[in-house]
Amino acid sequence: MENVGFFGVVIGLIGRLWPVWASLIIVLVVSYRYRKSLGLAGRIFDNGIGVVGLAICLFWLFTAVFANIVAPLDPRVQVAVMKNAVPGSIDPASGITFLLGGDQLARDVFSRAVYGARIVLTIAPAATMIALLVGITLGLPAGYFGGKIDQVLSFLANLVLAFPVILLFYLLVTPGIMDTPIPYAMAGVLFLFPIIFFAVLFYTRYNGRPERLYPLLAITIILGAWLYFGLVFNADPLGIVSIQPNELNIFVAVVFASSPGVFRIVRGLVMDIETRDYIAAAQTRGESPWYTMLWEILPNARGPLIVDASLRIGYTTILLGTLGFFGLGMGPESPDWGTAIKDGSQVAQLRLFVWGGLTPAVALMSFVLGLNMLADALREESMKD
Amino acid sequence: MFTFFLRRLGVMLLTMLCLSFVVFFFVNLEPNLRKLATFQTEMRASDQDKENWLQRNGYRDNYLVQFGRWMGVWPKVPVIDPKTGEPVPRFRFCDEPVVPTYSGILEGDFGCSTAFRTPVSQRLPQALKATGLLMFWVMLVMVPVSLTIGVLAGMREGSRTDRTLSVTSIGSTATPEYVSGIILTIIFASWLGWLNGSAATAARRGISLYNFTLPVLTMAIYGTGYIARMTRASMVEVMTQQYIRTARLKGLSFGAVVMKHALRNALIAPFTVIMLQFPWLLTGVVVTESIFNYKGFGWLLVQAASNNDIDLLLSCGLISVLIVLLTQLISDIGYAFLNPRIRVG
Repeated sequence: MENVGFFGVVIGLIGRLWPVWASLIIVLVVSYRYRKSLGLAGRIFDNGIGVVGLAICLFWLFTAVFANIVAPLDPRVQVAVMKNAVPGSIDPASGITFLLGGDQLARDVFSRAVYGARIVLTIAPAATMIALLVGITLGLPAGYFGGKIDQVLSFLANLVLAFPVILLFYLLVTPGIMDTPIPYAMAGVLFLFPIIFFAVLFYTRYNGRPERLYPLLAITIILGAWLYFGLVFNADPLGIVSIQPNELNIFVAVVFASSPGVFRIVRGLVMDIETRDYIAAAQTRGESPWYTMLWEILPNARGPLIVDASLRIGYTTILLGTLGFFGLGMGPESPDWGTAIKDGSQVAQLRLFVWGGLTPAVALMSFVLGLNMLADALREESMKD
Repeated sequence: MFTFFLRRLGVMLLTMLCLSFVVFFFVNLEPNLRKLATFQTEMRASDQDKENWLQRNGYRDNYLVQFGRWMGVWPKVPVIDPKTGEPVPRFRFCDEPVVPTYSGILEGDFGCSTAFRTPVSQRLPQALKATGLLMFWVMLVMVPVSLTIGVLAGMREGSRTDRTLSVTSIGSTATPEYVSGIILTIIFASWLGWLNGSAATAARRGISLYNFTLPVLTMAIYGTGYIARMTRASMVEVMTQQYIRTARLKGLSFGAVVMKHALRNALIAPFTVIMLQFPWLLTGVVVTESIFNYKGFGWLLVQAASNNDIDLLLSCGLISVLIVLLTQLISDIGYAFLNPRIRVG
């Protein structure tokens, strides 16, 4: 079998990823040009670690977006001759170079890693956003009102936090559980929070101005209901939003595991911000509690929350990898990084054909590293205020 | 102090009760029971037979009664064979009481493992011992290293040492066990051949540098970064305090200030963090033991979950919850002891 050699692989990788480089350069140049008007995001450019982190995150984002252009092959396609092929081998039949080799089922490792990025970069940020909204919606009243509400909610959050993550996953993400209504019930409850959050957000702000309130509420409810039915019941009337039962299960488990953490952070932030003068001013003006929470406290808690969100996306990526690594939830053929790491980490594979496990492992590590560096830079820059 | 301790203990017991009920509920879900019945009766048994089996062995009783039996606050009734009228155990390989007795977790009866065909109490202690050994070495590596990194980085904020060490610790927090395990195995076992990529021999023939280094390193890497960052943050904060400046102005050397004045106060926060790392280490244990095939608690948990071994999974769940809650309790009490500014009553 022909091989393009080490430099051939490097040049091939750079070449295949051209749409990624192009968009990366455009975005970085444009945002550097307008960094002054970008606020906190623009100040990342003052921080070396932040620029590197941002570049890594954008790299994976664009790889996920352009996955079908970047990857030469479908992630599930098997080319029998290429079983455990060395990186850089050329498939004699089609002439396609397997830049990072073939795995034990004769699939292209590079294509799988690229499509894996698409799965990871869809689920991790989306699950983090939902977890953030759940945590905010529950953490605000707990911190603001205190008392009984706080006690009950904190107890529940501590219950979930005291659950070892791995045990939670083994209990929640087994194949059998999809026959029971539990994942759907949990999805039904968790996905309700974003709708409640936005509805209350708009209601408190535009309470006296019906011409602004009703359109916004209508958009929230229609959009929310559409996504809600598509995701929870898999019954989108338009057929655009759909989710596999096992994906829903993973999604719910990840949201459930990470929202108590957000709850705790939000609660702590609220208790701190509540003592400021501008909150007292809002209360004296006679603003409703929810207005004060959503429009006075929340905007002032955004710094730590943004930092936490970017750390949390990384943490969610690690959780997804753990799920894949134990073969929970994701299908056996799924190209996501965790499953690929599991496939590549069997003893024989790891001894002789290291590229199958190493590629997704490096991919996952670099993405999380990028997010952590970005979070670190954001934290440092927001402290300078 | 005593009432604080009692209150914490009460909350902990309540949490424990709730969590064990949740675990109990999830482990005894209908699909799991059906699988168990299929496995225990012959494969060709009809649905009616399976249903009968479940009914006879008490899996169809009230949830609360079942939970009470498992806890040991409700008597376990022996299963009577309809043909002979003699009491028979649920599973051939475990003894069960022949007269109604209180026999559950509280009495020390952890039930019967269907995957290993032995009482759970036969497997659990040795697995816990193996994991305890692993944890001990991980802590021995992780704690000094991460504290040193954190103190060195936080000593002079913004210096070159600080930058380098901070990037290193960010890198280590981005490396979960299943990534570092693979990379370390590739480098040290496949490529250099210095170390053993499997710790299976460690459980049988005792640990050695050859078979135990990789699992310990794999687990230590992920936690190190986090503790180091917390230590750094705490150290940075302490170094800006007035009393540090006073000590410097008195003419003490920088080293003496760090060692005598800063260190003690800077190490309070990391203590809590280290204790709260235990729940995380539990996940790490499961991953690491699976990668390196080390037959400890994590390995047992994976076996129990993937073989639908109800009693074993329940016991594993109970123990992991107990570990998490105990470490939380210790960290709270230890924090109150270490920090003179916090007074509990």
